[in-house]
Amino acid sequence: MEHYISLAVKSIFVENILLAFFLGMCSFLAVSKKVETAFGLGFAVIFVMTITTPANWALHEYLLKDGALSWAGLPDVDLSFLGFISYIAVIAAMVQLVEMVIDRFSPALYTALGIFLPLIAVNCAILGASLFMVEREYNFTESAVFGFGSGVGWFLAIVAMAAIRQKLRYSNIPAGLKGLGITMLLTGLMAMAFMSFSGISL
Amino acid sequence: MKALQRFFEKIAPQFEKGGRFEKFYPIFEMTDTFLFTTPETTERGPHIRDHLDMKRMMVMVVIALLPAFVVGTYNVGLQASLAKGIQAGLWENFWSGFLTILPIILVSYIVGGFWEVLFAVTRKHEINEGFLVTGILFALVLPPTIPLWQVAVGITFGVVIGKEVFGGTGMNILNPALTARAFIFFAFPGKISGDRVWTAIDWAKDRLVDGYSGATPLLVASNAAPGQNAVDAVHAAGFSWDQMFYGLIPGSIGETSTLAILIGAAILLITGIGSWRVMLATLIGGFGMAWIMNMATGAGSPGIFSLPAHYHLVMGGFAFGLVFMATDPVSASGTNTGKWIYGILIGVLAILVRTVNPAYPEGMMLAILFMNVFSPLIDYFVVRANIRRRLSRA
Repeated sequence: MEHYISLAVKSIFVENILLAFFLGMCSFLAVSKKVETAFGLGFAVIFVMTITTPANWALHEYLLKDGALSWAGLPDVDLSFLGFISYIAVIAAMVQLVEMVIDRFSPALYTALGIFLPLIAVNCAILGASLFMVEREYNFTESAVFGFGSGVGWFLAIVAMAAIRQKLRYSNIPAGLKGLGITMLLTGLMAMAFMSFSGISL
Repeated sequence: MKALQRFFEKIAPQFEKGGRFEKFYPIFEMTDTFLFTTPETTERGPHIRDHLDMKRMMVMVVIALLPAFVVGTYNVGLQASLAKGIQAGLWENFWSGFLTILPIILVSYIVGGFWEVLFAVTRKHEINEGFLVTGILFALVLPPTIPLWQVAVGITFGVVIGKEVFGGTGMNILNPALTARAFIFFAFPGKISGDRVWTAIDWAKDRLVDGYSGATPLLVASNAAPGQNAVDAVHAAGFSWDQMFYGLIPGSIGETSTLAILIGAAILLITGIGSWRVMLATLIGGFGMAWIMNMATGAGSPGIFSLPAHYHLVMGGFAFGLVFMATDPVSASGTNTGKWIYGILIGVLAILVRTVNPAYPEGMMLAILFMNVFSPLIDYFVVRANIRRRLSRA
């Protein structure tokens, strides 16, 4: 149990997928203008990540890995070159599901998220989590915890950024930096603040 | 004074709209309002009649920093004499310390002031005394041996990226002095961490007392062996609690003396400029977390776990950050409930980084920066909760 808690803490704070690896920047920059929307997208990402990372783990373990098909009598087949395309397919399917659920239960959020909801499918953070999971050779539970932790880390970052950007409406930002420019600078400053955790070995 | 005032009134038209030096109005305005109370009044309501404007408020913070500055200056000289084994009097130590840190403060003010004026003139906003605070705060959290070009780079980053890109004083998200400090801490760690930078001596040339290590008490505690009592380690290195409280230990220029910082805190609290909520909450958070760590101390746990709360308070930058950095009204939470949450989390995080993160012995700076990032979110939640409560009452 302790191992899983430390893995979660690590993926939320120490190795925050957004502020330490800078994955998932596009939707982070685009949808962080309002806290409510950022909340919605953040939760959607947590949900999709928590499901897709272990789903991709199963896919990798029983179909794609070198020798994974031995249960079907094909011990020499190595399908790992199909990794990227299969992971993306799983993620896209999951996002479709989330989209339908949100459309059914929260039309307001559905409109607010707009094009960025289907675009979660190409959110680098989500594919990144699946690829880290393969590279670090996590087992099933670990990959579920890691997916959830990374999602929460992403959620925290985007919600904090949205609150900051709401506060920034009262600032007098130079014309050339308005919008994306200042958001990029802020992301860097936030990453610097998150470095307080780097070095913690759990 | 009267003659000076007449002089200012005479040259004023030159700087106002259409005048010859219209471009340099911010500089004129700064000097004028720095010396005299502004004659300007607000054009539309609401009108607040109060002598406390932003300038007086910021100058008050500078005054509150003076005790820490004076004791820090003396201590810089004292530590150098102790390391070299020289017997020196009070004034000698103060003077040698003053000569060491004067260039740091000058560079911080001149380089930072240059950016401040440049932005004010090109962007046509007022030059604000907030910079007087940033410039001295930044200098006081540096080690006395810091290379001057790093001071220049740091304050440039702090003023430009930390403040001016957001539109100047009052509009920034992170505390500019801390942004500057964190930036040079991560960019040039060799000159701002370890055990060789905290005393103003030349390790290669000066003849030092046998066995002099230069380590700060916090570093000693942080390096205490697993299972060892951190207090014993600190005492064995020759630091007593009293000594740390008075600030006669190696460390950053202005951070060492908890006593001087407490005097500053009293000034801030009596004048109502520093938020007592933030200070108290940070103290509670820090003491609580230190107590939890003490409880968690086991045979194999790192030595620093066993350091009691009142030792955490007098070591490193905890007291300085608590009084002068966490209370920054711009980057702290604005709501009262938010201030409690913000402060408690700073205290908890600072002690957490000190104890469980072996990468940095000190966690106060990073804890405050981290909470600066989250303070708008805390405010957002507090405001939302308030709205919901009022709606349910209606």
